[in-house]
Amino acid sequence: MTQASLRTALYPTHLALGARMVPFGGWDMPVQYSGILAEVKAVRTAAGLFDVSHMGRLYISGPRATEFLDWVLTGSASSLRTGRARYCFICNDHGGVIDDTIFYRLAEDRYLLIPNAGNRPAVLAWFQDWISRRFSGVVTIQDRTQSTGLLALQGPSAAQALDQVCRLEGGEAPSTLRAFGWGRGQLQGKPVFLGRTGYTGEDGFELVAEAADAELLWRALQDGGALPCGLGARDVLRLEAGLPLHGHEIDPETTPIQAGLERFVRPEGEFVGASVLRQQQRDGVARRLVGLKLPGRSAPRAGYPILEGGTPVGQVTSGSYSPTLDTSIAMGYVLVRCATPGQALEVDIRGRAAAAEVVPLPFYTRSRRRPDTAEGRSQSS
Amino acid sequence: MSPDDRKYTKEHEWVKLENARTGPSAEGLVGITHYAQDQLGDIVYFDLPKPGASLKQLQKMGEVESVKAVSDLFSPVTGQVVAINPELGSHPELANQDPFNAGWLLRVTIANAAELQTLMPAAEYDAFISGLH
Repeated sequence: MTQASLRTALYPTHLALGARMVPFGGWDMPVQYSGILAEVKAVRTAAGLFDVSHMGRLYISGPRATEFLDWVLTGSASSLRTGRARYCFICNDHGGVIDDTIFYRLAEDRYLLIPNAGNRPAVLAWFQDWISRRFSGVVTIQDRTQSTGLLALQGPSAAQALDQVCRLEGGEAPSTLRAFGWGRGQLQGKPVFLGRTGYTGEDGFELVAEAADAELLWRALQDGGALPCGLGARDVLRLEAGLPLHGHEIDPETTPIQAGLERFVRPEGEFVGASVLRQQQRDGVARRLVGLKLPGRSAPRAGYPILEGGTPVGQVTSGSYSPTLDTSIAMGYVLVRCATPGQALEVDIRGRAAAAEVVPLPFYTRSRRRPDTAEGRSQSS
Repeated sequence: MSPDDRKYTKEHEWVKLENARTGPSAEGLVGITHYAQDQLGDIVYFDLPKPGASLKQLQKMGEVESVKAVSDLFSPVTGQVVAINPELGSHPELANQDPFNAGWLLRVTIANAAELQTLMPAAEYDAFISGLH
């Protein structure tokens, strides 16, 4: 039996813009508007606007909320200051990744946690299970996914564009927020929550607003010059930036250590999965996630075998033509002995062995220089 | 509306007779349809048979890759490759922008003109794709 797809508050807006809609994570989402290449270019050179309302908004609060999150997350909640956000994992008992997430500390005992669209039910069930076992009556979760919207404004001119139309509560420009900082503000007279985060490898913001206000904010940001971008561009952008996608690079059978993401696993303290993760850190793993670069434009796709001299040594998890680098790129798992940058491998592209080289991740890193933003200007004003 | 000066496959290729001759000297241009390019999205790469290669009607002749997808290409006719569109290597997006003209893929010989009768005329192809939505 197929369940009807959920729709974000911006569903009619996407249709009016001529977006191509696809099912993703239980939602009907725009995969592209003007075209993936144009949309990727807009995010790399100017600003792109995404509806990411399919991702969850879970508000977690209560006198032991911090202790609870310290238990279910690989990243520390107790050391996170109010006003800041952190990326980390929700692991199962075996260290496998139930989901990756960004969580914001809103107050001493209140957090906003963003799970992936398709994982929201699993994360909620996992959290509720732990609450009933160890945190009953002292932690509550409010799921506001369907009563709010989540927009992402990403690109080198995102801060400048947002500064034109938005102010934080204290009157500051949004560009005064630091990376992984958040603030509350007003946009078109509507309350918005702004986090300086994203999933594209560019500077940018993610904005939570009431669902009823989402279209107004979308129009304002689009009028400010941001190009509507779909999930197709988002997938290319995150791959170029070496960011994992749950269900591809990470899943309940794969640990953050195998994925090379141990920097998001805290070395101290007890939490779910910690013993397995620390054992893997100590003893090493059999396979590791690597970046692969291939000359030409024919792209490896998820599931394609990775070979060394014709012998299978791994499998591609994501691959695409990279318009920013004008070459084909992929991520995949290979035996540890093949995981060193410079290693020559092949990818079996539909029966053809295409030469590939292991390269360090990410494939693309943005230039940190942002000379023409209000961030630079505000220091002198 | 697809142009009615050519014939179409159910796999969304077209073939257009390039000279009035019939018999072994008949040649045609082969390409993909507007519907095909629209479904694929931004095309980044064509893997096409080399000049001289033999083609069999409705058998795989190559591949097209867009950012999101890869799709097989099928030859609309039996024959031989005469030439590949020289612009396509560096500008595969021509097949997005102008699939029925500048974005042609191959010039081919048409070994058996009777095969054209087995393909769809434009009106039939347009009705076919309108049923795919």
